[in-house]
Amino acid sequence: MPFTLSSRDQAMLNGKHGLATKMAMSILVRMAEVADATTLLDITGAHIDSTIYIGDAGLEFAERLASLGAKVAVPTTLNVSGLDEHHWQEWAVPPDWAHQAQRQMVAYQSMGAVPTWTCAPYQTDMKPTFGQQIAWGESNAIVFANSVIGARTERYPDLFDVCCAITGRAPAIGLHLTENRAGQVLLQLVDVPMAVQESEEFYPILGHVIGKVAGDRIPVVHGLAASPDEDRLKALGAASASSGAVALFHIVGVTPEAPTLDAAFQGRAPIETIEVTMEVLRKARAELTHAEGEGLDMVVLGSPHFSLAEFKQLAPLVAGKRKHPTVKFLVTSSRAMAMLAKQAGVLEPLQDFGGQLTVDTCILATPMLPPEIKYLMTNSAKFAYYSPGLLNKQITFGSLADCVRSAAAGRIVRDESLWNG
Amino acid sequence: MDKVIHGQVVIRGQAQGTALVSREPLSFWGGYDWKTGEIIDRRHPLSGSVAASRILVVPFTRGSSTTTAVLLEAIRAGTAPAAILTTEADFFFALASVVADELYAKPFPLIALSADDFNSLQTGDQLIIADDGAITVQQ
Repeated sequence: MPFTLSSRDQAMLNGKHGLATKMAMSILVRMAEVADATTLLDITGAHIDSTIYIGDAGLEFAERLASLGAKVAVPTTLNVSGLDEHHWQEWAVPPDWAHQAQRQMVAYQSMGAVPTWTCAPYQTDMKPTFGQQIAWGESNAIVFANSVIGARTERYPDLFDVCCAITGRAPAIGLHLTENRAGQVLLQLVDVPMAVQESEEFYPILGHVIGKVAGDRIPVVHGLAASPDEDRLKALGAASASSGAVALFHIVGVTPEAPTLDAAFQGRAPIETIEVTMEVLRKARAELTHAEGEGLDMVVLGSPHFSLAEFKQLAPLVAGKRKHPTVKFLVTSSRAMAMLAKQAGVLEPLQDFGGQLTVDTCILATPMLPPEIKYLMTNSAKFAYYSPGLLNKQITFGSLADCVRSAAAGRIVRDESLWNG
Repeated sequence: MDKVIHGQVVIRGQAQGTALVSREPLSFWGGYDWKTGEIIDRRHPLSGSVAASRILVVPFTRGSSTTTAVLLEAIRAGTAPAAILTTEADFFFALASVVADELYAKPFPLIALSADDFNSLQTGDQLIIADDGAITVQQ
């Protein structure tokens, strides 16, 4: 089928809506053709991941659009930036980096997007709704929006999300369309004990398995007897979008497009069936640990950004304790979530423990960690996956309780009772 | 002996260079150092290889939506692959080429291969890519 543009799309492409819109529409149209789209569709929300400062090309792109007068056409949230705008001086961030990263923040804010500065926009007031057509960047946000909420976005890269936000349009492709949301690969849980299914650690580990097995296909998990909360699904999704390119998963009986196995596959047969056994999970858990030995310099939590519920889980674990003097303990979150945590009285125990809080960004997006920090520990499969390559740090994966226990002990301590066998 | 394979042109262009091949998908964010062109995903089979000016052959991008932005930096810095060959029209790679064209008039060719052609390529092959997607392979 030939590619057709509406008269309004054509007007944007011809520059009748300004030069920024023209540039955005030009990129959109070229990419729609790459993706074999036959048309564009309206979106009613966007999340811009291009906010992360990588280098001057991304900054030049943002400032080019801003200088041409770019404005977002739909309600738009902003992902983490390259900088904790008000606290970066407390860390190892070089001032010239901070300057460039802040310029990039200013450029995107000038487009009228809401400065949420978070990788968990689905835990803000601007959370999308079931069936809503949106254009989101940030792999963990994409997989959450599609899978847990049932909103519809393709796996959009940085630089493209903003083009959609400016034009209010997206290619009518992929996960925007019902027929492309059917499951493809079946992951059948086999003899996974309830105690494991009810542990927090299980979800990032399962997500890591899902990403490796599914690649860029749509996985369906069957046989889960536990009822994971939103933060566990967040951890699972982030893991699957790190080890693989998962943009949508279904869990039968849990996620909204999978009330039954048949519904998850839209009546089709799985292309492939994989059994997820304790052996598979143990192997995945081991893969998430890159470090050897018990050395520990810093615990890092909050990828994706810590939610209020997670602050509430952390508070009793750290209450009345003090971290070891040689270990740092960091939580990354958004300004809004940090404010809510403060109001709920759950920040104080973290501070009394000796923990620190960083907002707007995360350890992967800003050069905040000094070189003497070599050994990290986390409960995030995403941090575990990316820290060795991005930060050149050794990292150990463990549960939230393991992280607290280790920070207090000054060395890695993990509860292995669920995983022995 | 030379052979010629034909792929689907995703982004048109000419390039030549030495192939750097993996059957594993690659995320550029956390996987590619745009200052040097080195592949730095320590779990990836190509970890430690430098892809700058070579022809990168990987099935598709993995994971992070920041892959495009990292590749764009590499293009600006002159550390990007000369071309990329994949098994499908990879949106993330294509976008980097389209934006590099918009900003710097520096697109790179991107070609999607059939599984058989993709699997026939080996690291070290000399490749010449023509405008029409024809790839001359010297093995």
